[in-house]
Amino acid sequence: MPINNTSTHIKLACLLVTTVLYSTSAHADEDLEQKGYEIAARSDRTDRGFSDSTVKLSMVLRNAAGKESSRSLEMKTYEVQDENVGDKSLVVFDSPRDIKGTALLSHAQILDPDDQWLFLPALKRVKRISSTNKSGPFVGSEFAFEDFTANELNKYSYRWLRNEDCGDLTCDVIERYPRYENSGYTKQISWIDQTDLQIRKLDFYDRKDTLLKTLTFKDYREYDGIWRSHHFSMQNHQTGKSTKLSYSDYKFKNGLTENDFVKGILKRVR
Amino acid sequence: MSDKYLILLLLILSLAIQTALGEIDFSGFTRYEARWFPNSAQFDDQFHGVQNSLTIEPEWVIEDDDHQFSFIPFARIDSRADDRTHADIREAYWLYIQDTWELLIGFNREFWGVTESRHLVNVLNQIDQVENIDEEDYLGQTMINLSLQKDFGRFSFYVLPLFRERTYAGHDGRLRSALIVDEDEAEYDSSAEEWHTDLAFRYSHYFGDWDFGASYFYGTGREPILRANSDGSKLIPHYDIINQFGLDLQYTYKEWLWKFESIVREGQGDTFAATIFGFEYTFFQFRNSDADFGVLIEHLYDNRDKTDAPVTALENDIFLGTRYTFNDIQDTSLLAGAIFDLEDESYSMRLEAERRIGDSFKVEGQLFTNAREDSLASAFKKDDFIQFSISKYF
Repeated sequence: MPINNTSTHIKLACLLVTTVLYSTSAHADEDLEQKGYEIAARSDRTDRGFSDSTVKLSMVLRNAAGKESSRSLEMKTYEVQDENVGDKSLVVFDSPRDIKGTALLSHAQILDPDDQWLFLPALKRVKRISSTNKSGPFVGSEFAFEDFTANELNKYSYRWLRNEDCGDLTCDVIERYPRYENSGYTKQISWIDQTDLQIRKLDFYDRKDTLLKTLTFKDYREYDGIWRSHHFSMQNHQTGKSTKLSYSDYKFKNGLTENDFVKGILKRVR
Repeated sequence: MSDKYLILLLLILSLAIQTALGEIDFSGFTRYEARWFPNSAQFDDQFHGVQNSLTIEPEWVIEDDDHQFSFIPFARIDSRADDRTHADIREAYWLYIQDTWELLIGFNREFWGVTESRHLVNVLNQIDQVENIDEEDYLGQTMINLSLQKDFGRFSFYVLPLFRERTYAGHDGRLRSALIVDEDEAEYDSSAEEWHTDLAFRYSHYFGDWDFGASYFYGTGREPILRANSDGSKLIPHYDIINQFGLDLQYTYKEWLWKFESIVREGQGDTFAATIFGFEYTFFQFRNSDADFGVLIEHLYDNRDKTDAPVTALENDIFLGTRYTFNDIQDTSLLAGAIFDLEDESYSMRLEAERRIGDSFKVEGQLFTNAREDSLASAFKKDDFIQFSISKYF
C-alpha cells in the first residue's frame, strides 16, 4: 500500500510537473510567436500609406568566377490598403536590350497564388503565367520570384528568437515560416532594428533546412516617414553567386490608380 | 539647299517635341540571318542553297503622362529572294492615355489570343508571310482604337481603314506554292477594294484563374482564297468580306495553363468554325535544376468550306511541343514543336534555340522539316531548312 501510495504520488507529481512544464513551454511558445508577429507587423506598418511608388533598379549578377552581367528595370507599385490582399506591381525591363519592354504584372495575394501576366514585346503578346514557380530564379539572378512578391505580412508565421546587435543598432531576430504553398524555403531569419523598425538582413533556409542565401539591406533613406533600402545584396552560400540591386529615383504618391495595373495596359508599357 | 532646310526643320521639330514631351527613347535591333536549304528546289526559278539577309527594326518612343508616340519601321534585304526584300511600318501611332480610356491613331500591331500552334482569333493584322511561314510576323495596320477600362473589363473598339495584302514569296523564293501568287491582281468582295473600312470590337477580362476575350470583326478578311487565273499560270488572291466572332479562354491552375480559342466565320462559302484546345504544363525547376521544362499539346480543328474558303492544312491536327528554359544569365532556351495531321498522318517539325551573348547580342538557330502530304504544305516538301541568325540590340 505505502509503496503503491508512493508510486501514485510520484506518478501524480510527475504528471503535474509535466503538465506545468508543458503548459508553460506552450505558453512561452505562443508568446514568442506573438512577439515575433507583433514586431514584424510594426515593421510592416511603417510602410503604410506610401500609396504608390516608382523606382529604377539596376541589377548586377555575379557568378562564382566573378564574371558580371547587368539588368536595368523600372518598378511601379500600388498599395492596396487591405492587409488581407496584396499590393499590385509592374516590372518593366530596359536592359539587356533583347528583353527591353518585357513586363511582368503581379497582383499579389496572401495565401492564394498571385495573379501574374507577362508581356512579350516581340509579338506584343500578353500571357497569363503560372505563379506556382515561386522558388525559380528571377531573370537568372539569385533572387527567386517569391523574394520579390512575398513581402506581405500575412504570408508568414513568426517566432521571436533574441535581441542582437546589428551594426550600430540593436535588432530583434525573428524567424518566419512561409504559409503559402510552393515556397523554396523552410524558414527565413530576419533582423529588424529597434530604432527605425526596418529589416536589415534576411537568411534563407532551403527545403533541406540548410542556409542557402543571405540578403542584406543597406543605405536606408526616409521619404516622409516611409523607409526604403537602396541597396540589396543577395549572396548564395551554396553556389558562391551573388546579385546586387541598386534602387534610384524613388518617387511616391504619383497618383497612380488601379487602372495603371490592369493587364490591358501591358501592351503599351515601354 | 531645300534639303538642308528640311533637315534643319526636322531637327528643330524633334528638339521641340523632345523639350515638350521628354526624352526620345531609342532602341531596336539589326539582324544577320543565313538560311540554308539542303535540298534542291522543287520548282523552276527557285534558288538553291543559302539565303543571306539583313534586317533592321529601330524603335523610337516619346512619351509623357498622357501621350505616347511610337515609330517602328522595318526593313529586310535578302540576297536571293526579291520579294523577301521588303519594308514596312510596324508601328507609327499617337496614343492618348487617360485613367479609364485610351485613344490610339496610326499604324499598330494588336495581338489577341492564348494558343501557341495557331493564332485563330488574332485577326486585325495581316500576316507578313515572306518573313516566316509560322504566321508570327505581322504587318502594321492603320487603325483608330478606343479602349475603355471598366471594373468589369476592357472594351476596345477599332476602325480599320486601309487593308494590307498578305505577302508571298516570289518566283525565285523558297517556301512558295507551285504557282506564284500575283499580288498586283488581287480581287476584293468590296468595290472599295483595299479602301474598305473594317470594324472590330474586343472585350477582355479575367476572374480569378480565368482569363477570357470575346471579339468581333467585320470587313475584308486577312486570309485570301487563292485561285489559278484563266491560263493557269499564276494564283490570284481574292479577299472576301467576312464576319468573324472569336473567343479565347485560359484557365491557369498551378503548373497548368489550359487554353481554348474558337472562331466562327461567315462570308467564305458556308459559315464555318475552327477551334484549338490544349494545355501547357511546366515542370518548374526540372530535376532540381534552375531550368523549366514545359510540355504543350493542342488539338486543332477547322471545318471550313472545301471550295469557297481559303485552304487550310490544319483541319484536324495535333500540335506537340516542348519548351526548355534554362533560366540562366544568358536566357538560353530550346523549343521543339511538331504538327501531326491526324487524317494522313504526316507531320512538320520545327526546332528553335536561342541564347544571349554578352549584353546586347543574341544568337538563334532554327531547323524546319516538313513531310506533310496535304496539297498546301507539300509545296514545301523540298524546303526543309536550317537557319542561323545573330542580332545586335541597341
